[in-house]
Amino acid sequence: MEALKQRAIELLEKGEVKAVLGYAKGTGQARRAFFARQPGQVDKLVLDEACTQNLAAYATKHEVKKLGRVAIVAPPATQRALIQLMAERQLRDGDLAILAVDEGAIKELGSAAALEEHLALKAQGLDAKDKTLLAKLDAMSREDRWAYWQNEFSRCMKCYACRNSCPMCYCEHCTMDCNRPQWVPVASHSIGNLEYHMVRTMHLAGRCVECGDCGRACPVGIPVHLLTISAEETVHELFGQRAGAKAKLDYALSTFKTDDKESFIR
Amino acid sequence: MANTYQLSRESLTSLFGALRKDGRRILAPVESDGRIGLGEVEAPAQVAGDYLQTIMSAKEVAFPKVERLLSYTITPGQVDLKDAEPKAAPTVLFGVRPCEAKAFGALDAVFNWDYRDKFFNARLEKLAVIGLSCTKADEACFCTSVGGGPADTAGSDILLTPVADGYLAEVLTEKGTAILNLASDLFKPGNGVDKVAVAAKVEAAFDQPALTAKLPGMFDSEVWVDQSLRCIGCGACAFVCPTCVCFDIQEEADPKQGERLRCWDSCGFHMFTLHASGHNPREVQSARWRQRIYHKFSYYPQRYDQLGCVGCGKCTRACPVDMNLKEHLTEAAGVTA
Repeated sequence: MEALKQRAIELLEKGEVKAVLGYAKGTGQARRAFFARQPGQVDKLVLDEACTQNLAAYATKHEVKKLGRVAIVAPPATQRALIQLMAERQLRDGDLAILAVDEGAIKELGSAAALEEHLALKAQGLDAKDKTLLAKLDAMSREDRWAYWQNEFSRCMKCYACRNSCPMCYCEHCTMDCNRPQWVPVASHSIGNLEYHMVRTMHLAGRCVECGDCGRACPVGIPVHLLTISAEETVHELFGQRAGAKAKLDYALSTFKTDDKESFIR
Repeated sequence: MANTYQLSRESLTSLFGALRKDGRRILAPVESDGRIGLGEVEAPAQVAGDYLQTIMSAKEVAFPKVERLLSYTITPGQVDLKDAEPKAAPTVLFGVRPCEAKAFGALDAVFNWDYRDKFFNARLEKLAVIGLSCTKADEACFCTSVGGGPADTAGSDILLTPVADGYLAEVLTEKGTAILNLASDLFKPGNGVDKVAVAAKVEAAFDQPALTAKLPGMFDSEVWVDQSLRCIGCGACAFVCPTCVCFDIQEEADPKQGERLRCWDSCGFHMFTLHASGHNPREVQSARWRQRIYHKFSYYPQRYDQLGCVGCGKCTRACPVDMNLKEHLTEAAGVTA
């Protein structure tokens, strides 16, 4: 933590960055995103188990880009999101100073290549609780799984907290907001909710960095992250690819190969 | 002046029975998978035992997230238009907190401002509120900063305050009296319990009248930019809010038939003020965040002579990025021009 603070002060004092995006104490035991814009604000930075938000979601925001160059405190899931954003050309290599945090250790990564090398050394594992829930869902019959999600979606009110908290949901014009033509019903009724979650899941299949922030963001506790994680795992199983690993785009669902094993696509 | 009675804990079973016999459904906070939400109950045992608040507000009861306003069918040379009629079942809202009971007033101000909304009114007319005073509060609560209180009677037809062996019952309105008359033997003469002593202690956090007075002069303050930098622009705050009343009208139609729907909307969404031309007067999140504050604390008092916030703290609890309304209002109140 001290090393992080020291580096943050240096970066701000030398003018290398305009802000250090990290975590600060929030309401009660919560932690929240915090932009330290003066060396004197660095003291507010904290780093512990409660710092779960994927701050990469801010990296593509206009308001944040307007600040100038930013340093970002990046635990593993944030690192994966950042490299995926670079692969998808949403961030330029070197746009950010990445303060990679791994079990308390800080490592400054200046380039996409360095990030890729760093990520290659780490095993990506799912949260134990999520693993259990996914296994439970997998074991269900199709009908039971359908009923499970129907019931969960009945609480959805389309606040889009899941979409907006997701670092990979950076589209300027989300399909959900498109009204000429209106692809998906705006109303939060059963069809509107179902279509929204299906589109979100499909759009993140092969792109989800499995941070789980969408699920944590949901005010009514719908485990929406299981949808995208499940889709991500399926893509991995079928195509051997993972989001958040490579600096160069490697995205199964938008790749065409002349030697594809499936005949329909050739 | 309220008529005050004592209601024993056991007598609630009979009260619920009497309400149901009278043809009313009872909605109360219930627990499901660790979440507290409103649900239909038959007996007091089904009501959540220990809760601070529901995640969602009770506004859904009168203002659902999707409401069909009309429907139509189109045949060659003819359009058949059918107005939708509200489905309004006689309902008792049991155990909602005083902040939420009060919030119906803020909804009423809009739905009966220059037009009487038949959907909202039909439900409100058939709704009776049995509020329950708070004996605890959390860091998100700030009712006392916005003119309310943990045992405030505003908006309740009957307000219950937990005391030893039961409740102090204040019967406050005609609707409350009607409930009392359904089971008058259960309501024993009150003994002048000091409800303030049992109610939660919620310290006032900021001077709201002073804040409201200074808001017009701080439209361009940097404070809105600073506070909203971490806001992700979702609608969680507005959708859980008991007073947020904004809606969007959506048409779901094909060439032969269609429906017009009223759906919850949020000023936090970037599409909220987007014009057809592509121009957006609230182009950045800070302008949307400021609107949220101004609507509740400046425009509402100007227009309706009341606040658009009851200090329930639901927005703070629901926010995925911990936008704490009490904290941000306190900060804004402290900004020197």
